[in-house]
This record gives sequence, C-alpha cells and structure tokens, in this order.
Amino acid sequence: MTSADWPLWEVFVRSRRGLSHTHAGSLHAPDAAMALRNARDLYTRRSEGVSIWVVPSADITASSPDEKDPFFEPAADKPYRHPTFYDIPEGVRHL
Amino acid sequence: MTTTAPDARTYEAVFDATVAADERIEPRDWMPDAYRASLVRQIAQHAHSEIIGMQPEANWITRAPSLRRKAILMAKVQDEAGHGLYLYSAAETLGTGRDELLDKLHSGRQKYSSIFNYPTLTWADVGAIGWLVDGAAITNQVPLCRCSYGPYARAMVRICKEESFHQRQGYELLLTLSRGTEAQHAMAQDAVDRWWWPSLMMFGPPDDESAHSAQSMAWKIKRHSNDELRQRFVDICVPQAESLGLALPDPGLRWNEERGHHDFGAIDWDEFHEVLRGNGPCNEERISRRRQAHEEGAWVREAAAAHARKHGGTPGEARA
Repeated sequence: MTSADWPLWEVFVRSRRGLSHTHAGSLHAPDAAMALRNARDLYTRRSEGVSIWVVPSADITASSPDEKDPFFEPAADKPYRHPTFYDIPEGVRHL
Repeated sequence: MTTTAPDARTYEAVFDATVAADERIEPRDWMPDAYRASLVRQIAQHAHSEIIGMQPEANWITRAPSLRRKAILMAKVQDEAGHGLYLYSAAETLGTGRDELLDKLHSGRQKYSSIFNYPTLTWADVGAIGWLVDGAAITNQVPLCRCSYGPYARAMVRICKEESFHQRQGYELLLTLSRGTEAQHAMAQDAVDRWWWPSLMMFGPPDDESAHSAQSMAWKIKRHSNDELRQRFVDICVPQAESLGLALPDPGLRWNEERGHHDFGAIDWDEFHEVLRGNGPCNEERISRRRQAHEEGAWVREAAAAHARKHGGTPGEARA
C-alpha cells in the first residue's frame, strides 16, 4: 500500500459540548488512528473542537444529485407540516 | 458541449441556473468539462503555492531572534501546510488524485505563485512576506470565499480566517524593526523595497492579457478582475506603510482625487514572465527542495502503511 492507496476519510468536528459534529473536510490516512491524529492537526489547530469523528469516505451512502427532485419531492406538497399553514384568530396566545 | 443527448442539455441548463442564482456547485453535480479543468488548474496552483510557500519562511525558523518569534513562525509555516491540504482535498473532489497533483508539481507541469521564487535574504523578509505577500493573498482570497464551487469556497473560508494572523504578525514584526535601531529600520525598508513589486504581480497579468479571467468571471469562480484587486491592495497598503514609517518603492505612487484611488507606477511584466518561465532567483531551489522533502519522507509513509497493515482495520485496503 503506497500513500496513493491510502483511503480518504471524512472528518466531523464537535466544536463544543451541546452541539453536534459537523463536517469539517477530508484527509488521507493509512488507518483510523492516523486519520484521527491528522484530523486533530489539520482541523483543530486553534481549539476548534472537543471531539472528532473520522469516517471512511467510501462507507458513506449518499443520495444522488441526479435524483434530487423526485427523491425529495414527497415533502414538497405537504405545507400542512409547517405551523404557518394554519389560520389562528388574532389574539389567541401561547399557540 | 457538442453532445445532442437531451438530458445533457438539461444538465447544462441546471448548472447554468445554479451559477446564475449564486448557488454553489457541489462535487457530484454535473458540470462542464472546461469548468472542472479550470477549477483543477486553479486549485492545484493554489495548493502548490501554499506548500512551496513554506520554504522561504522556514528558512528563518532556526534563526528567529526570540522564542516568541520562533513559535509564531513555526505556527505560520504549519498553517501553510494545512492550507495546502485543504486545497488538495478540494481538488480531489473534482476527481484528480493528490499524487497526480504532486507529480505535476514535481515535474514542473503545474505552477505555483511566482512570488515564492524570490529569496528571503534577511529576517525582515519574514515580516514583509506576512504583511505584503499574505496581504495580497488575502485580497485575492476573500472573494474566493464566494466562489461558485462549494468545496473550494469552504476551503477559502477556513484559510482566510487563519491568514489574518499571518498578516498581522508580519506587520507587527516590521513595525518593531522600523521603530528599532537605524540598522533595523534600514533592514525593514530594504525588505519592503524588494517585496513590493513582486507582491503587486501576485494579482496576475493586466486584465486585457489575462488568459483565463473572462471565463472564470462568467462561471463565478472569480469575482473581481486582476487589476481591480491590485488597485484595492495598493489603496489598502499606502496608509499601512505610513503607520509603519516605511516608504513604498514607487515614485509614481500618489492619490488621484478624481479616481478616488492611488495611481501607481508601471509593473515590470518582463520580470514576471521571466520568473514564471523558471528564471527567477529560486525556481530550481524550490522544486528540488520539494522533491527532496517528498523522497526523504517516503520512509514515514511506508512505516505508516506497514503499521496499518499489521494492525488491520484499514477499511480502504480491503476495498482497494
């Protein structure tokens, strides 16, 4: 395995307690332990994180941009899922 | 596109509409081949500049005048390596592998910013690079945070945040020298004299000679022309130089009330093209040092790979 074959890892960083991990970027590393160390050096040089996840990019299953419209369409015609859909008389409070 | 397939035309329309709406293109979206090629060229050149840019400054790490300055300089050089990695990652999302890009850098088939082919002769050069070279880079890069290609724009946001420390440490370094002894002041002035013009060249050739500008602006990869950014940089630097107590080496530099900008002297584009062609003071040295570092680091990469093999858990290997 040369460095050219090192897998790509996606890096997720939790910036502080109470927040979820968010995608910071990606990097190459031969294994998970090195990926974590590299991620620390690359993405948290200024205390940007309190926790890091590394995930092999190849293990991510993504929706295809090509099927974007039909895939997400079921949500488009259901405005009644939003609170603003409903008419409430003025003056009614705490609703 | 010459293809007549109906869906290809639809894809192109979606791409055009996305760019027109100021939304971002993401890695798996359809994009014109020329857009992809143009981005790879620009991002690769940018990434190469970051890692080659480590050399002129690293030259002074062992000779920094205090522990404070040494720690700052090491952090800055480490940042440049990080910036290179953010950008190589962005280029990779376009389907071009990192090793391929490094090969092209090492064999001279891809370029890096010509500014790094100038030598750092004195300690004051570290200050001049921070103030002027990083200052010019920031002027160039801030608009790239709104570039139409998502991964490039995101990398630039991160880089710009970090660059402002680079520029400020350089300015502070020069200010200290400028207010120091007569010899220190002279050293600071000499550094500014040597770095001013090459910094102005960093914005690229004048608009009417810039090969890629028009198309890049249409695709919203670029947001402002070379000359526009160069003018912005000059206007920013003039008062900063005054506060430093240092002169900018251009007798033609003066405020033009009518334009609301500073006029400045003619740039020596022959020098720019010579350096670009490989005839700058340090072209050879930079590339051979880069190749050497890559070769000398081979055992580290091999050891890491051997360790991963021995301890298993290399998801990539199983899939490869």
